[in-house]
Amino acid sequence: MDILTLFVVVPTLTVLALVFTKNLRQARITALAGMLVQLLMAFHLVWKYMNDRAAGATDLMLYVKDKVWFPDWNIHYYIGVDGISVLMIMLTSLIVVAGIFVSWKIDDLPKEFFISLIALATGVFGFFISLDLFTMFVFYEIAVIPMYLLIGIWGSGPREYAAMKLTLMLMGASALLLVAILGIYFHSSPDGHYTFNVLEIAKHANLSPAMQKIFFPLAFIGFGTIGALFPFHTWSPDGHSSAPTAVSMLHAGVLMKLGGYGIFRVAMYLMPQGTVFWTNFFLVLAVIGVVYGAYAAIQQTDLKYINAYSSVSHLGLVLFGLLMLNKVAWNGAMLQSLSHGFITALFFALIGMIYGRTHTRDVRKMRGLLKIIPFIATAYVIAGLANLGLPGFSGFVAEMNIFLGGFLNNSLYKQIMTVLAVSSIVVTAVYILRVVGMMLMGPPKEEHKGLPKAYWYEKTAVYILIFFIAAIGTMPWWWLKFIIPSVENFLKPFM
Amino acid sequence: MNWENLFALMRNEILLVLAILALILVDLFTPKSKKNYVVHTANVLFFLFMLWSFVPLPEGTLFGGSFVSKPLIGFFKAVMNVGVMLIMLQAVEWVRRELIPQGFASEFYVLLWSSLLGLDFLISSGDFLMFYLGLELSALPVAALAAFEFYRKRSAEAAVKYVLLAAMSSAIMLFGISLIYATSGSIYFDEILHVQQMPLLELVGFMMMVSGVAFKISLVPFHFWTADVYEGAPTVVSNYLSVISKGAAVFILMTLLFVPLRRYEGTWTLMLWILAVLTMFTGNFFALRQQNMKRFLAFSSVAQAGFILLGVIGGNEMAVKTVIYFLLIYIFSNVAAFGVVHVIAMHSGKENIDDYTGLYRTNPRLSLLLMLALFSLAGIPPVAGFFGKFFLYATAANKGYYWLVFIAVVNVTISLYYYLLPVRAAFLRRSENPIPYFKSDIYSKLGFVVLAAGLILIGLYSPLYEYIAQLSQIFQ
Repeated sequence: MDILTLFVVVPTLTVLALVFTKNLRQARITALAGMLVQLLMAFHLVWKYMNDRAAGATDLMLYVKDKVWFPDWNIHYYIGVDGISVLMIMLTSLIVVAGIFVSWKIDDLPKEFFISLIALATGVFGFFISLDLFTMFVFYEIAVIPMYLLIGIWGSGPREYAAMKLTLMLMGASALLLVAILGIYFHSSPDGHYTFNVLEIAKHANLSPAMQKIFFPLAFIGFGTIGALFPFHTWSPDGHSSAPTAVSMLHAGVLMKLGGYGIFRVAMYLMPQGTVFWTNFFLVLAVIGVVYGAYAAIQQTDLKYINAYSSVSHLGLVLFGLLMLNKVAWNGAMLQSLSHGFITALFFALIGMIYGRTHTRDVRKMRGLLKIIPFIATAYVIAGLANLGLPGFSGFVAEMNIFLGGFLNNSLYKQIMTVLAVSSIVVTAVYILRVVGMMLMGPPKEEHKGLPKAYWYEKTAVYILIFFIAAIGTMPWWWLKFIIPSVENFLKPFM
Repeated sequence: MNWENLFALMRNEILLVLAILALILVDLFTPKSKKNYVVHTANVLFFLFMLWSFVPLPEGTLFGGSFVSKPLIGFFKAVMNVGVMLIMLQAVEWVRRELIPQGFASEFYVLLWSSLLGLDFLISSGDFLMFYLGLELSALPVAALAAFEFYRKRSAEAAVKYVLLAAMSSAIMLFGISLIYATSGSIYFDEILHVQQMPLLELVGFMMMVSGVAFKISLVPFHFWTADVYEGAPTVVSNYLSVISKGAAVFILMTLLFVPLRRYEGTWTLMLWILAVLTMFTGNFFALRQQNMKRFLAFSSVAQAGFILLGVIGGNEMAVKTVIYFLLIYIFSNVAAFGVVHVIAMHSGKENIDDYTGLYRTNPRLSLLLMLALFSLAGIPPVAGFFGKFFLYATAANKGYYWLVFIAVVNVTISLYYYLLPVRAAFLRRSENPIPYFKSDIYSKLGFVVLAAGLILIGLYSPLYEYIAQLSQIFQ
C-alpha cells in the first residue's frame, strides 16, 4: 500500500480496533497507539518529502496514486501531496495526539469518544491528501459529521444547540460547495470528457470566465464557512465553547484549516478569473472578520469564547492573505494556518485544564492562577504572547508575511484594507493581556488554593505544542521551504 | 407463442404465482397448533425465489408487446425481491405474535406476494392494459394488508383511506388512458410514440395518467394519504409501501416518460421541475414537526420522492441508472429505518421520537443502525445515500438545472435537521426511563446485518453502480 493511503487506513483500523475495546484504559491506549503510528508516519513523510525534493523531484505533487473509483463518472481516488499538505498532515497528527492526551480521563462513553475523534481525523487526513474533487468532498463531510456527536454527547452548556447549529451551517455550506463542484465538473472539460481531477482541470483551464464568476463565490463561501468567513462564522464560537477540550483543539486547530486550504487548492486554483473578479468583495468580508473577531473577543468573559473569536480573527487573516494574491501573502497565509493550529490547540488544551480544576471558564471568577498552577499559567502566557504576534513565536512570522504581502500590492484599495487589518494586532494585545492580567496575576483566591498541578499527560500535550510554536517562530525558513514551491505553482494561473 | 419463451421471460411472475399457491396449500394442511411452519416455509420459499430472480432475464416481449422483459427490468425485480425479503424477515416476529393467535398465517404472505406480483407486471408492462392491471393488482392487496391489525381503529382507517384514494386516482388515470387511446388509437407504448396525434388532448390524457402514478410515488400534491396510511398500517406494510411500491412506480414513471411521452419532454421536464420543488419543500417542512416516527418517515419518504425526480428530469440513460441506483439505496435505507421503528414498537409499544431518548445506552446496535439509515437518507458520506444523491444532482446538473440542484441542496440541509432529531434523542440525551434492553429475534437480526452491510457497501463498492450503469445502457 502506498505511503499516503496509509494515512487513511491507519485511523480506520484504529477505529475498528476501538470497537472491540471494553473500558477507558483500553480505549485510550488503542487510540494513542494508532495515532502515534500515524504521527511517526507523518514525520517519516516529512523527512521523505524533504529528501525527495532535495534529490530533485520537481513534480507539483509527489507520491501520486491514481485509482479509478466510479469509471462511469470518471471519479478517481486520486491522491498526492505537496509541501503544504505534508505540513498540514503533520499538524493534524500532532494535534490528534495532543488531543488524546488531554482526553486521558474522559469518563462518559470513552470508546465512542475516541471513535468519533479518530473518525473526524480520518476525514481530515483524507481531505489533505486527495486531489480529486469528489474524493475531497467525501472526506470533507466525513470530517464534519462526527463533530455533531462529539459536541452533542460530550459537550457542555447548550451543547445540543451548538452541535445542531454547527452541523447545519457546515453542511449547508458544503451544499453550496457541491453545486460549485458540479459546475466545475460539467464546464471545465474541453472535449466532453468530464473529470474531477484538480490538476487536470487546472491544466486545461477551460472553465469560461462567466462560469467562474458564478461558481467561485459558491466555492469560496462553501469552504469559507468552515474557515470562519464573516458572516458565516457564527457556528464557531458556539461550537467551540460547547465542545469538549480535545474537540475544540482539533476543531480550531485542524478542521477550520480545511477552509483556507480548500479555497487555496480548489476555488482559487481552478477559477483564477473568478477570484480576481470577486477579490474585492470577499476582501471586505475577510477584513470585517479580522477586526470584528478581535473586538468581539474583548467583550467576552468566557475563556472559550475569547479564543473562539480570536480564531475568527486569525483565520480571517488566512483568508485575507489568500485574497492578496501574491507570493509573500500566500506564504504568510499558509504559515498562519499552521501557526494558528498549534497556538489555538494549545489555548484550548490549557483552557480545558484550567476548567477541569476551577470548574469555571469565566475570567472574572479567577485570579492569581500563576501562583497555584504555575506550569499551566506559564504555558497560557506563552500561548497568549504567541497569539498576539511576539517575535520568536509562530504568530509573528505568519502575520508579518501576510501584512507585508498586503502592502506589496499596488492597489490603494488593498493597502487601505491592509491597514484596517493591521489594526487588529493592537486589539489582540488588549484581549490577551486583559485575560492574563485578570486571571493569572494578583493574589490567588481562597477556594482555588490546593488545585492539583499539571499531570504528566497534560504536560506532554503542552510541550509538544509549544515546541512547534517556537520552531515556526525561530526557524521560519525551514517551514517556508515546504511552502514556497507550492505557492509558486499555485500562483501561476494569476501571472 | 412457445411455452419455453413464456417461461423464460415471465419466470419471475410464474414462480411467484406458484409460490403463492404452494403456500396456500401448506397452510391448508398445517394444523392450527403448528402455524409457525407456515411462516418458515414462506421465508424459505421466498428466499429461494429471490435467489433465482438474480439469474438474468433474456430480452423479449410477450403477448404482442404488452409484456416486456429486459435485463434492467429483471434486475429491478430482483432488487424488489431483496427488499421484500428484508421486510419479511422483520415481519416474522410480528406474524407470530399478532397474526397467528388470530388464526392468520399464510394470508399475510399471500397478499404481500400478490401485490409484489402486481408490481412485477407493472414494471414489465408494454401497454396500458398491462400497466393498469399491474397497478390494480399491486394496490388492492395493500388495502387488505393495511387493515391487518383490524382490532386497531387506525389500521382500518388507513385501509379505507388507501382504498378510496387509490380508487380515485385509478379513475383519473383510466380517464387519462382513454383520452390517449382516443387520440392515438393505440395502447402500446411503442406505437403511441409514433402515431399521429392531437397534442392538446393527448397531453391532458398524459397529465391525468401521470397523476395516477404520482399518487403511488406520493408526489405533492398527491401525497395526502401518505402520512395517515403509513401511521395507521402495520409497520411492515408501511415499509413495503414506502419502498417497494414507490420504487416500482418510479420505474414505470420513467418508462412512461421516456418512451411514449418522449415527444413532450419539454412539457414534462417543466412539470417535474415544479413537482420536485413542491415535493421536497412540503415533505421536509411537514417532517420537521412530526413526533411519531412513522409519520416522520412518511414525510421523509415524500421528500425523498422529490429528490428522485431530480434524476428523472434528466430524461436520458444517465437518469435511468442514477435513479435505479438511488432506489436501491433508498430501499436499504428506508427498510432499515422502518425496521428499527418496527422492532422497537413491537417490543415496547413506543413509536415517538421522544421515546427514543437514551436509546443508545440501552440498545446500542439498534441505535447505530437507525443512525446509519437516517444518515443514508440525509445523504452523508460514507453511507450509501450520499452517493445516490450526488449522482442524482449530477444528472440534473448535467442538463443545466443548477437552480433545481441548488434548491435540492438547500432541502438537504433542512432535512438534515430532522434526520438528526432521532439521533439526538438516541445518542445525545439521557433518560430516566429509556426503552429497556431487548433481544430482537434472529430473523430481524439477520435482516439488520444485511441492511447495515448494504448501507455501507452499496456506496463505497463501485462495481455495483457500474453493473447498473451497464444494464441501463441496454435499456435505451
